Amino acid sequence: MQTKVITGSRSVATAVMLAKPEVIAAYPVTPQTEIVEDIATFIEEKRLGSRFIKVDSEHSAMGACIGASSAGARTFTATSSQGLLYMDEVVHWAAHARLPIVMAVATRALAAPWSILNEHTDFMTQLTSGWIQIMAENNQDALDSMLQAYKIGEDPRVTLPVMVGLDGFILTHTSMPVEIPEQADIDSFLGERKPEFEIDVERPFTFGNVIDERYYIDMRHKMFESMQAAKEVIGSVSNEYKRLAGREYSMLECYNCDDAEHIIVSIGASSGDAREASDRLRKEGVKAGAVRIRVIRPFPSEEIAKALGGAETVTVVERSLSVGGGNILAHEIRSALYSAHGPEEAPFVKGFITGLGGKDITPNDYINMVGITRERPTGDEWFGLTGG
Amino acid sequence: MESPERGQLGTSGSASQADEHMIIKDIPKEEKWLPGNAACPGCGLSLGLRLMAKAIEHPVVVMPASCGSVVQGGWPKSSASFPLLNIAMAAAGSAASGVSEALEALGKKGTVVAWAGDGGTADIGLQALSGAAERGENIIFVMYDNEAYMNTGIQRSSSTPHGAWTTTTPEGKREFKKEVAHIMMAHNLEYMATASVAFPTDFIEKLRKAEAHKGTKFIQLFSPCPPGWRIDYSKSIEVGKLAVQAGVWILYEYENGKVSISPISRPYLDAKKRRPLKDYLSLQGRFANVDEREATEIEKSVVEKWRFLSRFM
Repeated sequence: MQTKVITGSRSVATAVMLAKPEVIAAYPVTPQTEIVEDIATFIEEKRLGSRFIKVDSEHSAMGACIGASSAGARTFTATSSQGLLYMDEVVHWAAHARLPIVMAVATRALAAPWSILNEHTDFMTQLTSGWIQIMAENNQDALDSMLQAYKIGEDPRVTLPVMVGLDGFILTHTSMPVEIPEQADIDSFLGERKPEFEIDVERPFTFGNVIDERYYIDMRHKMFESMQAAKEVIGSVSNEYKRLAGREYSMLECYNCDDAEHIIVSIGASSGDAREASDRLRKEGVKAGAVRIRVIRPFPSEEIAKALGGAETVTVVERSLSVGGGNILAHEIRSALYSAHGPEEAPFVKGFITGLGGKDITPNDYINMVGITRERPTGDEWFGLTGG
Repeated sequence: MESPERGQLGTSGSASQADEHMIIKDIPKEEKWLPGNAACPGCGLSLGLRLMAKAIEHPVVVMPASCGSVVQGGWPKSSASFPLLNIAMAAAGSAASGVSEALEALGKKGTVVAWAGDGGTADIGLQALSGAAERGENIIFVMYDNEAYMNTGIQRSSSTPHGAWTTTTPEGKREFKKEVAHIMMAHNLEYMATASVAFPTDFIEKLRKAEAHKGTKFIQLFSPCPPGWRIDYSKSIEVGKLAVQAGVWILYEYENGKVSISPISRPYLDAKKRRPLKDYLSLQGRFANVDEREATEIEKSVVEKWRFLSRFM
């Protein structure tokens, strides 16, 4: 196993090289572009044998992945922001068709006005899509999650597509040391894709034809159950991956949580700053902890209830916004805690909207948000407005 | 005047030409598009699919939203005894590309046929088709052209002809039909042709020719629709033949930059041999609002279409 200093984009492309999908289809969009450029280079250099369909749009990228995956191929695509929204119709189709496509999403703000900088709202628009959604914290996590994504999605108990998010620019264009697993280890870890149903002239099926009102709901319920089953598969895949790579991943990661009274919840690349904030708060005598949500679909309700249930306050910091609803993650966390502990026992959960359109979130910002939560524990708020 | 019906039976034109063309009794008997499906009587789409499945030994069909989505039958049954992948309306070209690349990568057999309506080709599907064609994906793309959005209840598409009634052109369409075949000519395809369900052997021959080429092949298939065209269910074939005889629908192939008018349409290079346009229009309720002036406009567009093609002959 060797360590290289590489960008998040190169980490994703390297994972693709190791996973050897037969078919890749992608369309360029900032800040995803370096992923597809790296893949194109790997193919030209004959380090990767995939067929790369350089499509006319993101909709066609996912359309081609659906076709290829239905025919039995392992597939990959990557996108960002406007591209993900343009693709949206077939993103849902891929999940409903139960195809274990893997997609990297280099997160980015949505227009108008134009911004190519980081935000998670694009990723969060897909929470109802039926995709397993993993958000990486760093480039190592991006590579490792990509490889696990194939194993999780292709598991017969799951057969759902998997989306791996990584913060646009903050990870995609920033280099850091990344351990690259050995090809032989990944070959035996992933094996070949063995779909139960695939396009085959010797065994013809009709895929996706009309289903009537008696049974449609059952099809959706099966999807739901498979997503629930994915929780266990994510755990077992993580254990298996740990044996080959030495790194362990879970649906959420807790730091300083055991005796914590005030816990920060974060997602994505700024989570290191949240941990830093909890350390600094501890030095000031505040029993602070930090939880990073890594897998948001399936939502880790039980783990959240366990990790946050004993706290006094929970400060949920999000780079995403549901206009009119406000926080996205905070609502789900509040719901998980309320369901598990009831209104009397559940901690206060306060959501913050911040970091939109590339605005930085620093350890000091986290410390300040925890301060606001302790002062005013009810009602979600915005943080970082200029008043402009 | 030579009868096109006879032409289709291989008895028109020179003797050598006649020998090259198949006749009705040469059409394979095996049915792979099964009867008992949900098509309306006289459905051009269903007949077209039936013929396609006879022409191609191992079709793998990719079908975007269209009447075909319904006609194939509901889960857990299906009228297709070949693999059939349903897909979103804009994604026929892209999904077919993915299937084709995957089959080749995995060494699996099958001829990928994207089977899309005029909406799924000329409108919402045009970009993905153009992309596939530019990349030269190894697919046969059949646009079954019934000249409107029939599955959603007869709304106009860009392929609806001038003057035609639809539910969104209650007075008749003001604009002229988009000539998708001309757009596809600009893609330097391996093979391109027009066909009609009224001339089954010609269509089958063109499909087989298409299958013999690598790369993207495009066939625009004239497919009458009784409820949408306001014709009797028994008149689909008659209207399909009249379209060719009146010169409104021209059967031709386009290869290596050359248009070659198919034997059935060849007599109508001579405008005097064409049936009067009103014979074609008057048989269809959708053209009920077409007056003299509009009929003249349509006539002009027919002349222009022949002239356009003659530049490539």
